[in-house]
Amino acid sequence: MNNFQYIRTTSTKAAIDAVAKDPDARFIAGGTNLLDLMKRGIVSPEKLVDISRLPLNKIEREASGVRIGAMALNSEVAENAFIKEKFPLLAQALQAGASAQLRNMATVGGNILQRTRCHYFYDTSLPCNKREPGTGCGALEGNNHMHAIFGFSEKCIAVHPSDMCVALAALDATVLVSGPTGDRKIAFADFHRLPGDKPHVDTVLEKNELITAVTLPDSPFTKNVHYLKVRERASYAFALVSVAAGLQLENDTIQRACLAMGGVAHKPWRLASAEKALIGKKVTEATFRQAAEIAMQGAKSFEHNAYKLKLAPNAIVQALKTAAGIA
Amino acid sequence: MTDHQPDDNNSEGLDESRRDFLKHSSLLTAMALTPSTVLKAASSQWDERLAGAFEKISLSLEVNGTKHSLAIEPRVTLLDLLREQLALTGTKKGCDYGQCGACTVHVDGRRVLACMSLAVMQEGRKVTTIEGLAGGDTLHPMQEAFVKHDGLQCGYCTPGQIMSAVACIREGHANSAEEIQEYMSGNLCRCGAYPNIVAAIMEVKKEGKKL
Ligand SMILES: Cc1cc2nc3c(=O)[nH]c(=O)nc-3n(C[C@H](O)[C@H](O)[C@H](O)COP(=O)(O)OP(=O)(O)OC[C@H]3O[C@@H](n4cnc5c(N)ncnc54)[C@H](O)[C@@H]3O)c2cc1C
Ligand code: FES
Ligand code: FES
Repeated sequence: MNNFQYIRTTSTKAAIDAVAKDPDARFIAGGTNLLDLMKRGIVSPEKLVDISRLPLNKIEREASGVRIGAMALNSEVAENAFIKEKFPLLAQALQAGASAQLRNMATVGGNILQRTRCHYFYDTSLPCNKREPGTGCGALEGNNHMHAIFGFSEKCIAVHPSDMCVALAALDATVLVSGPTGDRKIAFADFHRLPGDKPHVDTVLEKNELITAVTLPDSPFTKNVHYLKVRERASYAFALVSVAAGLQLENDTIQRACLAMGGVAHKPWRLASAEKALIGKKVTEATFRQAAEIAMQGAKSFEHNAYKLKLAPNAIVQALKTAAGIA
Repeated sequence: MTDHQPDDNNSEGLDESRRDFLKHSSLLTAMALTPSTVLKAASSQWDERLAGAFEKISLSLEVNGTKHSLAIEPRVTLLDLLREQLALTGTKKGCDYGQCGACTVHVDGRRVLACMSLAVMQEGRKVTTIEGLAGGDTLHPMQEAFVKHDGLQCGYCTPGQIMSAVACIREGHANSAEEIQEYMSGNLCRCGAYPNIVAAIMEVKKEGKKL
């Protein structure tokens, strides 16, 4: 790993200033993604600004919903009693991510901004438009078994690897951001980008902007929820496909639904039309199968990931059945 | 270099850019310069010796109850610090990329991966490694249980497994074999000692001793 200048501060403003001033400076929070990329020479910042001690780690109830500080650890959020009670889908998704050790290090802000795990992105000897714009997408004609079935472009078919973000997408989160010129709020659905012809830009966050918190509105999905993660081993592996599903039921009629998928696109993939299609329907496998068909409209596979065209709808049905208690 | 050659220990002779730099750096606690910034420093007429002196950062850290005052490069991981500077080689380097758990240690009571932690970021914290677990010649109950249940073959993953196992019980995630498997999944064992590791943890949990 190349050496770098290290700066630690407990002032949010000083941290933002330090990164704003230097084009080669980066924030570091838990370091579990950034150090990985630095050790492999994928990124080599000249200056790291340590934000792990900024006073942004609280999980606070708000008049409506909750505010989760960007520095809160993944394990703290997953184990928080209020989150477990009111946002169990988020707790489940976090618990499904990485390992107990990594969750004790990873922060909410860092999790949102983690980069793809695409092998071509990770191997600096191979082409990758995300790592090095203009070199081409190695996965397009290469080994693409982990790759996207929605929202990709011919420039990039990588997927976003986060579990937490799938739940945040389903639960209508908002990302709070501070920059040199002030604060702004970004709806979670708008935060991550599709690759288009700029796959090296993952999100709409500017380089010198700091995520300070994530907020969630009050959620009706407190009971009938399930985060289903399908992976190549039982634990401690990234998702091939994951589904965050929540149902608000009255007897066996669906009042509201939330549904999002991971492992299928360049961003957490919200399934809004499938959610709508569930409203007013009875809880049956047929209802869920129909919603899954709607969710899969427009999906397209590559040479090695055609299995996702079957796996994804089956995972949606299974997650909904488990959420509804009829699995 | 410029015509004035300031004395290392005396800030009087500093030119404007250095003065500016020191002002900003004390504001932000800037603590180190990269070699490339050293080059920049030279071109912007800073004194090379001064820049050089910034390469190592002081760090105070408590490891297994002993306080250390150290000087390290910012890029040194906690794992390399423990193994190479403090000669605590019980903590193992399996992958160095957060993928195996062999480097598991406790920082302020939390289990973390030493290979994915920058040592400088641990300033003021308390680190416990496998060497700090036993009380003198008396093995820790988890160590005893690993011996009794044959929780190892080659032993390379064992320090990490034991540190993780102790935390797993303390966190309250050792209530069933399934729960232990899930919460111990961050520790890989190439020898496949998993069933015996789970048995060891179950026994320690059942004994109910305070760990
Ligand atoms: C072996 C392994 C397995 C994993 N498995 C999973 C998994 O199954 N599921 C999953 O979801 N994740 C998984 N992860 C990824 C893990 O969740 C992320 O690495 C972690 O969430 C990143 O958080 P961090 O705080 O460590 O980020 P860092 O590494 O500190 O930062 C990541 C990026 O975000 C930027 N950043 C961090 N915080 C902020 C902020 N507040 N504002 C602005 N920029 C910021 C940094 O500059 C950097 O570019 C795994 C990681 C490893 C190493
Ligand atoms: S050496 Fe740290 S996880 Fe493998
Ligand atoms: S005992 Fe050999 S790797 Fe676990």
